Amino acid sequence: MMLEKGIEEKTFYLNLGPQHPATHGVLRVVLEMDGEFIANSEPIIGYGHRAHEKMAELRTYQQYLPNMGRVDYLHALAYNQCYCMAVEKLTGIQVPERAEFIRVITSELNRISSHLLWFGAYLLDLGAFTPFLYCFDDREHILDLLDRITGSRLTYCFYRFGGVPVDVDEEFIAGTRAFISRLRSRWNDYDTLVTKNVIFINRTRDVGIMTPEQALKYGVTGPNLRGSGIPYDIRKSEPFSVYPLFDFEIPLGERGDVLDRYVVRLQEMEQSLRIIEQALDKLPEGPIMAEKVPKRLKPPEGEVYTAVETARGEFGIYLVSKGDVKPYRLKLRVPCFSNLSVMPELFQDVMVADAVAILGSLDLVIPDIDR
Amino acid sequence: MQFLLAEGARIGISLIGVIGLVSINALFLIWMERKVSAHIQLRPGPMEVGFHGALQTIADALKLIGKELITPEDADKLIYLLAPIVMFLPVLVSFIVIPFSPTLLIRDLNVGILLIFAFSTMAVLAILMAGWSSNNKYSLLGAIRSVAQTIAYEIPLLITAMSVIIMVGSLKLTDIVAYQATVWNVLFQPLAFILFIICGTAETNRAPFDIPEAESELVAGFHTEYSGMRFAIFFLAEYTNMFIVSAVATVLFLGGWRGPILPPLVWFLLKVYAIIFLMMWFRWTFPRLRFDQLITLGWKILIPLSLANLILTALAIKIF
Amino acid sequence: MTAFIKDTLIGFWSLLAGLGVTIRYFVKPIVTVQYPREKLTMSPRYRGHTEFIIDPETGSHLCNACENCARTCPSNVISVTGVKVAGTKKKRAVTYVLDYSLCSLCGLCVEVCPTKALKFSDEYRLAGFSRQDMIIDVIARLQAQQRALGLPEEVPPVPEAEEAKTEETKGGEGES
Ligand code: SF4
Ligand code: SF4
Repeated sequence: MMLEKGIEEKTFYLNLGPQHPATHGVLRVVLEMDGEFIANSEPIIGYGHRAHEKMAELRTYQQYLPNMGRVDYLHALAYNQCYCMAVEKLTGIQVPERAEFIRVITSELNRISSHLLWFGAYLLDLGAFTPFLYCFDDREHILDLLDRITGSRLTYCFYRFGGVPVDVDEEFIAGTRAFISRLRSRWNDYDTLVTKNVIFINRTRDVGIMTPEQALKYGVTGPNLRGSGIPYDIRKSEPFSVYPLFDFEIPLGERGDVLDRYVVRLQEMEQSLRIIEQALDKLPEGPIMAEKVPKRLKPPEGEVYTAVETARGEFGIYLVSKGDVKPYRLKLRVPCFSNLSVMPELFQDVMVADAVAILGSLDLVIPDIDR
Repeated sequence: MQFLLAEGARIGISLIGVIGLVSINALFLIWMERKVSAHIQLRPGPMEVGFHGALQTIADALKLIGKELITPEDADKLIYLLAPIVMFLPVLVSFIVIPFSPTLLIRDLNVGILLIFAFSTMAVLAILMAGWSSNNKYSLLGAIRSVAQTIAYEIPLLITAMSVIIMVGSLKLTDIVAYQATVWNVLFQPLAFILFIICGTAETNRAPFDIPEAESELVAGFHTEYSGMRFAIFFLAEYTNMFIVSAVATVLFLGGWRGPILPPLVWFLLKVYAIIFLMMWFRWTFPRLRFDQLITLGWKILIPLSLANLILTALAIKIF
Repeated sequence: MTAFIKDTLIGFWSLLAGLGVTIRYFVKPIVTVQYPREKLTMSPRYRGHTEFIIDPETGSHLCNACENCARTCPSNVISVTGVKVAGTKKKRAVTYVLDYSLCSLCGLCVEVCPTKALKFSDEYRLAGFSRQDMIIDVIARLQAQQRALGLPEEVPPVPEAEEAKTEETKGGEGES
């Protein structure tokens, strides 16, 4: 144990994880406890390490595609997109506009499903079981929609270099529109059941405050950063794909506490709905695959960095090619790793109950940290 | 001699009756809890064993009986074994005074309500024993939480009961029911009723006050290490506790067995299960409080309110 | 003090409102499916394991054992062997075996196939008791489907006597 030795007689160690209902994965946090209060904490990661970066060096560019659905399985399509963008940038493949629109629609749907899952699981952490099933009900509709065109329900492997392999059909478009109005009609229930609930507010207000300085220091991104009031969203600040064509806002928090992060996520879902709506309206006709994408992809020598905004923050790929059929080096910049590293600061002198609330509010996907 | 024999038979029969009632009640309540939670959550709940899953609980009980009883290596064995029993016995004792109907009650004691409150407090002791002896940090934290929060809800619980008692002027449960011949107490004491339900939910350690077991924080809290039938006894005690708290609330506020047309026993059970439904409804709606928040709630809201209610009741009695 | 009382009342009201939401859902019809009794149809693009498309013209599969799929597969799932069919220049698959426990359902094999011989099945009940249960013989599956449709069963060609040249490629490594 590398934790600082506290006043030894008074404190004891508590293992939160690797198998604990609140860590939602194999994360282990060693807590040095002073009664119910946490004196020190240290996350221990790596239980789910699968060597995704090394795997890239052993596979061809196409063969690495399915890996991207498994780093952060909750927002797999954004990871897919980032990887495809990196390779397309390296090889100079132009993606047709319709394909970009389809990418945006599906990726935003995926973002909503990720946020919905977080919403449910977070309430589960706080001891409310029912919202979990309500949002799973909603989420199931997204999965049905994505299943219709991608063929899978969780670890999507859908985008290809140069576009998407499958076009959307009328039924998908109608279903998506129906889903948008369905989800909008549910906000009211979510608000009454959870957001306005006095117990919920008491559990989250002013708990786990992350100052903007802390957030920047640790490289926190995504809703966690925006909850602290910093307007950084890659879709706006370094626009990729066709996001500049859409009108949407970046929800911001003020205090940086758990409740702010919660509210930011809820509002982000609404913004995603707006993006999807506009994308469906503007969906252009045309091809969905770039012409002449070689089956044996051999990008020229060079290096690129691409980043996308996933449900959890900035995901970046740094890709080095030496002109071979396999990448020379591929580095994944995953959001959850940075988001986790701020945790010990937030855990300082809080109770176990709050620790669970804070840990949940960071929306960590453990395989994403370990990758 | 004759008296002793008659009394012995009476106790024997009552004991068998109570244990039967406790088991059937728990079986029913667990099934009911599953169904209520399921329908709140838009799913059907157990459907396979028996009609609409009615026998599911029996299947689960059989499974639990078949499980290995694990005693942690460094546990304080004696206390570890005693804890489930200490949890369960007081619950049984409370049944002695509950008036199910004018005729169906075991002993009409003068101090009926006092007896119930006195024994129900022992549950905290059992939780402490279980948490302490398990040699598990999560269990210990659960036990400590449970002890810390006791006062926060026990005092308002007693004070609200007191406002009814000074109205009636008796601790006997039958007297309290008799007093409500025309109007139920809940009409005189709506605030006391609400406070009693809140404190009663805390008393049974159920969500949103399930702080000692707090699944997402403390795994299973004080009974983390218990398995098999020992775990089942904790479970049984929880549901029986719910029944007792609801029965007391029924007697204090809802006129006990009184009601038109239907036989008294049916009325009594209807009211009890209605209150239990309310508690289940709470559990499947609210998130959990933090344990210092429960203490704050107790001291800053429940106790002042219940005291104010008591004083108002006393004044009203003095004036009218 | 008044603020405290107001907060308490608002808080109490919020709890009642929450109860109102759950009781509304309590009386709504259920949305889940009792799985083994009711079943959903899989969406048209559902990805189960891969299987052969039955070509309407020949009533059989189109695989010419080119091994493109085996080479593209990231997880070394596919083993194909084929032989030259006597009289023609084309090869034809003799065995086509999937180790489904490794498949990541990425769809690359389906896309890369030059003769469009593969498709995804809608098989989703794929639990098994051992790893052996996950080994899927696609040709046997095709034969079963042909039987069900009343078509003549696929007879895999037999390697010619003198120069029985059977190539076996266990995916991935072939590419370097
Ligand atoms: S790519 Fe198609 S034709 Fe070639 S071996 Fe695979 S299934 Fe057969
Ligand atoms: S779907 Fe992907 S992993 Fe599965 S057999 Fe085809 S190429 Fe291999």
